[in-house]
Amino acid sequence: MAGLYRQILAWLDERFGAGSVEEFLRHKTVPIHRHSIWYYFGGMTLFLFVVQVLTGILLLLYYRPTPDDAFESVQYIVTQVPYGWLIRSVHSWSANLLILAVFIHMFSVYFLKAYRKPRELTWITGMLLLFIMLGFGFSGYLLPWNTLAFFATKVGTEMAAAVPLIGTWLLTFLRGGEEVTGATLTRFFGFHVAVLPGLTTLLLALHLLLVQHLGMSVPPSVESAIEEGRQPARSMPFFPNFLLRDMIGWYAALGVLGALAAIFPWELGAKADAFAPAPAGIRPEWYFLFAFQTLKILPAKILFLEGELAGLIGFTLAGIIWVLVPFLDYKAGFGRVTRFFTGLGIFALGYMVVMSALALR
Amino acid sequence: MESPEHTPNDGVQSRRRWISLLLGSGVLASIASFVYPAIRYMIPPPVGESTSRSVVAANVNELKNNSGKIFKFGSKPALLIRTPDGDYRAFTAVCTHLNCTVQYRGDMHQIWCACHNGFYDLAGRTVSGPPPRPLETFQVNVQGEDIVVTRSA
Repeated sequence: MAGLYRQILAWLDERFGAGSVEEFLRHKTVPIHRHSIWYYFGGMTLFLFVVQVLTGILLLLYYRPTPDDAFESVQYIVTQVPYGWLIRSVHSWSANLLILAVFIHMFSVYFLKAYRKPRELTWITGMLLLFIMLGFGFSGYLLPWNTLAFFATKVGTEMAAAVPLIGTWLLTFLRGGEEVTGATLTRFFGFHVAVLPGLTTLLLALHLLLVQHLGMSVPPSVESAIEEGRQPARSMPFFPNFLLRDMIGWYAALGVLGALAAIFPWELGAKADAFAPAPAGIRPEWYFLFAFQTLKILPAKILFLEGELAGLIGFTLAGIIWVLVPFLDYKAGFGRVTRFFTGLGIFALGYMVVMSALALR
Repeated sequence: MESPEHTPNDGVQSRRRWISLLLGSGVLASIASFVYPAIRYMIPPPVGESTSRSVVAANVNELKNNSGKIFKFGSKPALLIRTPDGDYRAFTAVCTHLNCTVQYRGDMHQIWCACHNGFYDLAGRTVSGPPPRPLETFQVNVQGEDIVVTRSA
């Protein structure tokens, strides 16, 4: 085994320069300190994304993206196809755990100020990936063509109409017409299986390249403790030491996914009917609850703006500030303590948690 | 001191700039001509709106007092209500907030949107919740056995 490994390395080295492959793999080390646990969530997200790609390809074997067939084809997958229930439930559960992992990854990076110089672009590519993941969630939600998804899509796309100037164009572009119809389903299917995966591949490659090139960030508190000699600078090689630890986490995640899919199979609901009223207790997926609750609370008019437009402007501004945080909080790059931005993060997290809890009440 | 090649070199520079400008604007124009059809392609042609201004929404025996029914009016859902007093009212069923389909709540004698908890009264006016405007109202006529709903011109 070890002999074969050496042979392969030697074969590669002969072509790409002595030691360069091994050097590439050994270049990255993982710092060890009391916050090291947070380093696992990027890899966890990546693993769950791979699960999504694989189960997604399997679902594509039977899924049909038309309003007459979509619901029936998913019903067929979960009732007739061998292990179809498992594949579909794992895809849904893994999607939700992925979003959770993304949020944990983002907030840990935020609070440990890993976005500070020189990792600004890593943060920005990460944020773009997060938006794409939310896009995956939103577009994938419609594909089973059930009532909940139908109204969630109606509301979600209607938000786009509130955008000044290009609102109507955007709405028609997203829906493939004025209303949510079969044209919308076809479009969302295209976004979900072609456009978003393509964008993800590009951005993910860039994100990982940046992580590999810049190495792992050490939190400011640990960094100053090391500089002042209060603690030694310890690290372990990424390959294979940390990767093996990552894989233990992935193996456990696979177990959790299988258990969730078996014990709580994902519901299919009732087929969408454009001429039925919105069902009572309708609400979006948990990661959109904070926005949903905000829309519910906002009055019809705020000063001269319609409530929904005010909400949209608020979220857009918050999103832009969040993406640009490495530049706004540039002082963190000089090793300064920037409590304001920590407070901002606590506020954002608190807002999302409280609003989501209110929506679930 | 004047260098002998100063003037001819300037000529080359300005000619090069001119050619770059021509080439650049040509490439830009061609890219625009590729992108324009693609952007137009993203928006489907408009669907012809249903021209009929009225529709048979229900049969006179269909609705009990204090109940409602969703019916198809053109390409959009509409709501027919029989009030507790036995009158018929008709509205668009599309919530003015974010496009959800509303329903009649017999227990509250109001029209309700389940999506964001908006309420309208039996005249279609907003009572509470986020809807910014009242529901569009239609005329209702009973013609023999049929309840006919008409959009005002």
